[in-house]
Amino acid sequence: MTFRRTVLKGFMAGALAATLGSAAQAQEVVKVGLILPMTGPFASTGRQIEAAVKLFLAQNGATHGGKRLEVILKDDTGNADATRRIAQELVVNDKVAVLAGFGLTPLAMATAPIATQAKVPQIVMAAATASITEASPFIARTSFTLPQASEPMADWAWSNGIKNVFTVVTDYGPGIDAETSFATKFKAAGGTVESVRVPLRNPDFAPFLQRVSEAKPDALFVFVPSGIGAQFMKQFVERGLDKAGVKLIGPGDVVDDDILNGMGDVAIGAITTHHYSAKHDSAANQAFVKAFEAANPGMRPNFMAVGGYDGMRLIAEALKATNGDASGEKLIAAMKGASWESPRGPITIDPATRDIIQNIYVRKTEKIGSDLYNVEFATIPQVKDPVKARK
Amino acid sequence: MLTILFDGIAYGMVLFVLACGLSVTMGLMNFVNLAHGAFAMLGGYVTVLLMQRLGLPFLASLPAAFLAAALAGIVLERLVYRPMYAKSHLDQVMFSIGLVFMAVAGTDWLLGSSQQIIQLPPWLQGRFYVFGVGIGYYRLFVIGICGLLAVTLQWGFAKTRFGSRLRAAVDDARVARGLGIPVNRLFALTFALGSGLAGLGGALGIELMGLDPTFPLKFMIYFLIVVTVGGTSTITGPFLAAMLLGVADVMGKYLVPQAGAFIIYTLMVILLLLRPEGLFARART
Repeated sequence: MTFRRTVLKGFMAGALAATLGSAAQAQEVVKVGLILPMTGPFASTGRQIEAAVKLFLAQNGATHGGKRLEVILKDDTGNADATRRIAQELVVNDKVAVLAGFGLTPLAMATAPIATQAKVPQIVMAAATASITEASPFIARTSFTLPQASEPMADWAWSNGIKNVFTVVTDYGPGIDAETSFATKFKAAGGTVESVRVPLRNPDFAPFLQRVSEAKPDALFVFVPSGIGAQFMKQFVERGLDKAGVKLIGPGDVVDDDILNGMGDVAIGAITTHHYSAKHDSAANQAFVKAFEAANPGMRPNFMAVGGYDGMRLIAEALKATNGDASGEKLIAAMKGASWESPRGPITIDPATRDIIQNIYVRKTEKIGSDLYNVEFATIPQVKDPVKARK
Repeated sequence: MLTILFDGIAYGMVLFVLACGLSVTMGLMNFVNLAHGAFAMLGGYVTVLLMQRLGLPFLASLPAAFLAAALAGIVLERLVYRPMYAKSHLDQVMFSIGLVFMAVAGTDWLLGSSQQIIQLPPWLQGRFYVFGVGIGYYRLFVIGICGLLAVTLQWGFAKTRFGSRLRAAVDDARVARGLGIPVNRLFALTFALGSGLAGLGGALGIELMGLDPTFPLKFMIYFLIVVTVGGTSTITGPFLAAMLLGVADVMGKYLVPQAGAFIIYTLMVILLLLRPEGLFARART
């Protein structure tokens, strides 16, 4: 009997110590649930962001505001149902203080109700449909919005003698965003726009490009998800549109840094407006690109990487500002108005919309040595998301 | 307008090469092989790897794509397909779709999930004009190769000894065996041929359709439409079906881009309502 009691006591003491121990540890650690498409068609987004998040932690350490940041990486394969389930598990089981990642618009949208209910900040590092930040008061974004990148293109095109434009976009949220924001702005300036939308799963661009070549516009405005950009550019050249004097313009997704070199010379001369190029000329970016390439041989950081890098920094800065208080309301309040020099230039999280305010650059794809780069030649400073700015 | 017809024909030709292998295995051997796209993907990746890693020219990598897929076909036929011949169609579907998922996951793991890009030789790039019709060199090249293949196949099945033996083996394997026709070897060869054609189609298609690990799933529907509409008992059937669908798909997207993606399905439904057994079906006995 006494023996049994001793054993029991021992167990209880052990259990108590274990709980206390883990409680003490829980105070130290702030968990970040990083949900990314690591496999499937959008895995390059996931790989870029994961590499950037790791790089940030390696450079700045994991301890911020007296707490240790612990990143839990989960793969949602780019499927919204999976994202939602994983987010739920991370919040309920792992008690994460922040959700981050979100490679595509539907994934970010599916998680928004969870962020709202659980009062957990949701940092969108990639998805770029304008309306995302309106889906929950706990969403902040460190990537960009497509209208933010597309509208400056309308201004640039108009003021550079382009009068009529044909737009070809992929028929889903971001594509429609890009098309409508560009077309509205360009028509308002006095230009004419013709548009077609390409199905998301489209094998061959020939019919759409044929329409373009018959319309003989001054420029072709294109948005396709970044992986498909190579095929599009090749068929654009195959059809002889470049020689017919049609300029290729659009937001920067089609000339993504990650695949630009593989495209070959067909990409040369494309003019795009975007928030990040690996060739952005600043000390901060040179250091970022160098460290990124050193840590990930054979990879070049693209606009997804910079979104992940700044997203991690946003979390770290917010934690510092709250002195380690990781409650959702405090964190999101600290994120509003946060501002720093990113590898892409100066950025601010808009206190009103929680969306990012950043410079948009006009770039031209050029060959430097044996590599292709998007070389920035004009800057539109501090662009807010125009969709929300108009409201 | 004629330009778009030309583009449609080129696209249809690639569809034909991709799908005719399937009509060979599915039609002639009566095996529902949904993993056909995996062989096409293999051919595509062989081309990509040979060109990117070894710097082989595009033309040299095409036969390699055919051979690699054919070889994989022989090996798999020996190891896993043969025991499935006698099983029900449902079992065959489950089995081959399983193979597809394995191929998708395996490729993703080995080579990453990004779109693969190849550089065509300069003489295959660009286009020229004949009476105002824009003709892309690459598309012309594809039409040439595929047209030649179609003729050879039709001739091979209709006129050669191999063809008549194969037809005999398909119609009644037991009697054919009795007559001394090596049915098993014949089937293995046919399967390899079908797989090899798929591989070649995958290689030719990289430039027109792209290549990533989801290829077998993304295009399965197209192969199946071609084979269903064309019927599975001849080569001309799938050939005409592929032409028709390729042209209709490209034309539809050109003329009414709003409805573009649905035209191919609408056409399939109409054709199947009119000819449930396919365009050129033999009467079922």
